[in-house]
Amino acid sequence: MSADAWIILIGALTASSCALVGCFLVLQRLAMLGDAISHAVLPGIVLAFLLTGSRNTLPMLIGAGALGILTAGLTEALTRHGKLQSDASIGVVFTALFAVGVILVSRYTSQVDLDLDCVLYGDIIFAPLDVWTVGGVELGPRSAWILGGITLANLLFVTLGYRQLKVCTFDPALAAAIGINVTLWHYLLMGFVSVTAVGAFESVGAILVVAMLIVPANAAYLITDRLSTMIALAVGLGIASAAGGYALATAIDGSVAGAMAVVSGMLFAAAAVFSPKHGAVARLLSRRRARRTAQGPLPAGAGLPEKRQEEEGSLHLG
Amino acid sequence: MTLESLQGALAASPWLEFFRFASVNVVYVLAGSMLLGLSAGVLGCFAFLRKRSLLGDTLAHAALPGVCAAFLLTGTKDPWIMLAGATVSCWLGALAVDAIVRYTRCKEESALGMVLSVFFGAGILLLTHIQGSGDAAQSGLDKFLFGQAASLVGRDLWMLGGVSAVLLGAVGLFYKEFKVLSFDPAFAVGLGLPGRFLEMVLATLIVLAVAVGLQAVGVVLMAALLVTPAAAARYWTERLGRMLIVAGAFGAVSGALGAYISSVSPRMPTGPWMVVAVSLLFVASLVLAPERGVVARRLRLSRFRRRTAEENLLRTLYVLGEKVQDWGEPRSEGELLRYRAMKGPVLSRTLARLGRRGLVRETADGRFALTEAGLVEALRLTRLHRLWELYLTRKLELAPDHVHDDAEEMEHILTPELEEQLAAVLEGPEEDPHARRIPNVR
Repeated sequence: MSADAWIILIGALTASSCALVGCFLVLQRLAMLGDAISHAVLPGIVLAFLLTGSRNTLPMLIGAGALGILTAGLTEALTRHGKLQSDASIGVVFTALFAVGVILVSRYTSQVDLDLDCVLYGDIIFAPLDVWTVGGVELGPRSAWILGGITLANLLFVTLGYRQLKVCTFDPALAAAIGINVTLWHYLLMGFVSVTAVGAFESVGAILVVAMLIVPANAAYLITDRLSTMIALAVGLGIASAAGGYALATAIDGSVAGAMAVVSGMLFAAAAVFSPKHGAVARLLSRRRARRTAQGPLPAGAGLPEKRQEEEGSLHLG
Repeated sequence: MTLESLQGALAASPWLEFFRFASVNVVYVLAGSMLLGLSAGVLGCFAFLRKRSLLGDTLAHAALPGVCAAFLLTGTKDPWIMLAGATVSCWLGALAVDAIVRYTRCKEESALGMVLSVFFGAGILLLTHIQGSGDAAQSGLDKFLFGQAASLVGRDLWMLGGVSAVLLGAVGLFYKEFKVLSFDPAFAVGLGLPGRFLEMVLATLIVLAVAVGLQAVGVVLMAALLVTPAAAARYWTERLGRMLIVAGAFGAVSGALGAYISSVSPRMPTGPWMVVAVSLLFVASLVLAPERGVVARRLRLSRFRRRTAEENLLRTLYVLGEKVQDWGEPRSEGELLRYRAMKGPVLSRTLARLGRRGLVRETADGRFALTEAGLVEALRLTRLHRLWELYLTRKLELAPDHVHDDAEEMEHILTPELEEQLAAVLEGPEEDPHARRIPNVR
């Protein structure tokens, strides 16, 4: 398989694994917690590197997973016991952890290989070169295997836990009432997000994992109202972002990860405008239709848009 | 001690070298970091109060494409041009967040995350495009990720200082308006304040702070300066003015600490140490602040619990006495425990405290009875309890067997004023719903 094909495959695996868990993050309104986790895992990775002395993936995944859960846990504790509003809790925790990570990197690893730029925006271009060899047999790029494994794990998680995740997402009170351990599933989700984030670091880097986690999911959210369709669409849009991103990157000689994020943003914008259910065009058309039939009774579900935040009359800025 | 010997002493240790201010660069770094911390702390309060603390994070990331584009268009790394590029890009990011929230069904935190990552991705794309093109002048653009306060030069300081002055001046100018806007936007509009204009002003100020702070502390850590000092300050006061001062002070102190540490250990970037410093200030505030701090709240809670236990025991002694119309008869601990569920050791400790307050006396055979003062207090509590029960049954029409538990809680918190009001509303009652006499302590 050519290097191009491997890169696209790795990108597609990254996007898929992220989209699978990202949908739940978006629906649970935890998008920024996903951002927080992907920053805060930095000290976990560095510690794993320092403790094991190698860039082995497994310790890094464990370190990241632990830090991710720690981030989620600390944020929760700060909100509940520190009585701090949730957005500030997220901000305080992850920036502190990230700062610690940067300090660790500057202090202990500047001589060695843990290139910070790499952690931050990945280096998918070189991924095909880092081939996994077992017993003299070349099995393909290491990243592909790692991300393939993570994608599979996420797929299993989402499939086997579909019912629980669905109820916990849409109606946590009901979930608790029917005996689902909401806390457990929350931290399971956070754990999978952390592991996915780290797995994806090598190909797209920390910040852009966030793009892969939430942008295709949000685009899918604008297109459909069914959870299963949303997940499938998100994966599809993620793969499209990967392929499109690679094309864009090679065209202007830039970072594939950045290009993937940009393409996913463009797909989101397209969905926002053209989505048949919730897009701007569709809403405009249905409003015109509603005005035209104003004399007669409106058919059920004429698609009059619900009042949105426009009524608040404020610019949603600081 | 002469100046020379002081200088000599300071030069002897790397930890004290800083205070020699030997190079003017040290002063620049210190002043710049402190100014930045001060303005970010103050502005962060407003974002915090509007529950948009993470806006700083998003805007900081959104600045990157602007910086790169500015370089691409002008070919120079002039800080003012970089600042302009960053500002434009931040503004576009802010508008994008607003547009997403307003015109789609996506939620605010999703909008923040999307703008953050997509804009940053565009920035990375441009950055790598620039670097890939082999342009020699571009190295150092990536310092925007972590900032390099230690390399601030005089020119940068003027910019930092100037922008900070503008920011603080604007906050001073619009203080009253921002205050109303932060706490009650609808009221602000009702007052006839130009809501959108003010929002735009506030957003612009934050954008400027982010744009100018990026050079010193870099992307993620700028976000920290906009959140953590404000969050820490929140624990110390209920008033906006004081919160601004405390947040500004925390920001400035962490700036100074960051500059100090980074000068002692030159390989250390200033930004992260500033964040660590302000995070430690946050933890200290969280734990130690009077009233809102964790320790203070725990103490208040345990004081309340103890008082509640004491009052419950007084009531128990009263009720036991009421049954036989004899309050002088002492009761054993066992008797008390049969009537009031309590852990044994807690009971003993509470009885001891009541004894110290002179409300209960212990007999020679280890039993307990109310003193005069104790009886008065017990009468007061019982009156409150029964007034409340009567109120619940008569005015809220609850069944008599449903009101006891609520009254058990309310008796500890009803004030004398409320007691008077209750008596008035119930028209000088004599008996509670269970046909027991309501004591009249007056």
